[in-house]
Amino acid sequence: MTKKKETIISVALIAALLIVLYVLEQILPSTSMLFTVLKKGAIYALVAVSMNLLNGFTGLFSLGQAGFMLLGAYTYGILTIPVEQRENVYMYFDGGIVQFTVPVFVALIAAGVVAAVFAYLIGLPVLRLKSDYLAIATLGFAEIIRAVFQWDKLGPLTNGSNLLRAYPTFNSVLFPFLVSGICIAIIVMMINSTYGRAFKAIRDDEVAAEAMGINLAHHKRIAFVVSSFFAGVSGALLAMYQTTIQASTFKSAMTYEILLIVVIGGIGSVTGSCISSFLFIIFSEWILRFLDNDTYIGSFHVPLLRAGFRKVVFSVVIMIIVLFFRQGIMGTREFSIRGIYNFLTGKSKKKKTAKGGNA
Amino acid sequence: MSNILEVKDLSVSYGGIKAVKNISFQVPKGEIVTLIGANGAGKSSTLRSIVGLVKPKTGNIKLNGKEIAGKTPEQIVSQGITLVPEGRRVFADLTVLENLKIGAYMRKDSLEEDINWCYDLFPRLKERNWQLAGTLSGGEQQMLAIARALMSRPDIIMMDEPSLGLAPIVVKGVFDIIREINKQGKTILLVEQNANMALRAAHHGYVMETGTITLSGTGEELASNESVKAAYLGKNKKNNAVR
Repeated sequence: MTKKKETIISVALIAALLIVLYVLEQILPSTSMLFTVLKKGAIYALVAVSMNLLNGFTGLFSLGQAGFMLLGAYTYGILTIPVEQRENVYMYFDGGIVQFTVPVFVALIAAGVVAAVFAYLIGLPVLRLKSDYLAIATLGFAEIIRAVFQWDKLGPLTNGSNLLRAYPTFNSVLFPFLVSGICIAIIVMMINSTYGRAFKAIRDDEVAAEAMGINLAHHKRIAFVVSSFFAGVSGALLAMYQTTIQASTFKSAMTYEILLIVVIGGIGSVTGSCISSFLFIIFSEWILRFLDNDTYIGSFHVPLLRAGFRKVVFSVVIMIIVLFFRQGIMGTREFSIRGIYNFLTGKSKKKKTAKGGNA
Repeated sequence: MSNILEVKDLSVSYGGIKAVKNISFQVPKGEIVTLIGANGAGKSSTLRSIVGLVKPKTGNIKLNGKEIAGKTPEQIVSQGITLVPEGRRVFADLTVLENLKIGAYMRKDSLEEDINWCYDLFPRLKERNWQLAGTLSGGEQQMLAIARALMSRPDIIMMDEPSLGLAPIVVKGVFDIIREINKQGKTILLVEQNANMALRAAHHGYVMETGTITLSGTGEELASNESVKAAYLGKNKKNNAVR
């Protein structure tokens, strides 16, 4: 199979996916659970891939993803609330201090840029740390950011602990798919470039990588900043999906959810992260909902099922995965059209497929 | 003969502990020079400070006449010197080919020619092109580590204990390769504990003990030196000075 053919099939598949989504939207009511899952799944796929770039490909164990999403969400909200609505939203702060709006796409990019700038500044001291220490430092940063954004003194900008709302959102499921798809494609291109190779070298052996002339600090910073940029964009998407922004939703529990997705999908696999993010959302939002409800079969009260039990099940799942399926769904492999083609035609080359399709 | 690498009064210390104390040596172009010595003699620290992984405390290191002491590894590697680190340290989760490409990270031009050259030197690597480096045997990993270092087109290549943890027959293969690379025009600075093999291969050798150079001479001179024999070659073996 030629490279050209492969590209054509990829494009055709992506087009087909978008058409299917479009048709589904015409047929099913927009409140259908399916759309909730698809929208949230696409957003989580982006943030999971961005976290994978850092944890899986560069070997930097960072837990600051929720913090960068928060920065992105707030940036988006603050920049896009219509001026006439500001009086209403910032009712305790005299309409706030920002009195202009920018187009949605500009705000999305600004969301990424703000997260990236913060990542750069935090990276200066924090990236000197390794493994657990880095995780603790980034987690601490995320918590501090969340507290700062709820601070009353910043109210004119962040609306304190009140909601941000009335900013433009999306209705169609196509929007998050397109934005996430483009962003993930950019990350994949980066991973397949010489930068990506340097990231993996750093992950495998820092000393050897340095001896090859790879500037460790520089490359770690790039990975951190790029990952945070896309976390910021996904934060903005999440804000659009939720229609309101509140700092308290970006808890460390959110980072753990994303980490769970990355681990289930396979640390070091982009397509794994995409697949597992949809699986995760399907299960947590849809299929496993029953775990949180008191249930009676006839007059028999099913034990254990009550609010919060879902979380217990998830905890058990992550323990099982870490103990028995450390590779996750994909390991470090990628799902690719060539791979499927070879599988179907029985041509199993030894060659490891390096490129993956994206959401 | 011109010296490609000149080290003068080099000292390295780790937080007060002096690992290398004012050593000086030269590596002439096109030769194999070896530093031998026991554990903790400061051999590896010397190499690490030359390539910039450790900042030297004092001293000058001149590569092709240019001062490189205190520069970053990035700057030093791009000047034409590379290190094959101790214990091989290949990138285990990358393929053989990717490992080679990382070796040429500082270069922006086409790698085709050099990759083919490496595969000519190490046909085993060509067979294992797409295999993950971590799945190679110890000897193959050492070959890969050497090939990876060659990819940056260095004038001089430094090897830190290439025989470490390898079977005698494989060690012989590694030294054959070292001679072959040298024949093809690369200067080699070799650090070894396997004094016997190293001195046989080297044009010139230095003996290091607790951070200082105690002896120097041609490979054959050192191999026949009584104190070297006693310390590194085993006193009873009297026939190993012959090439």
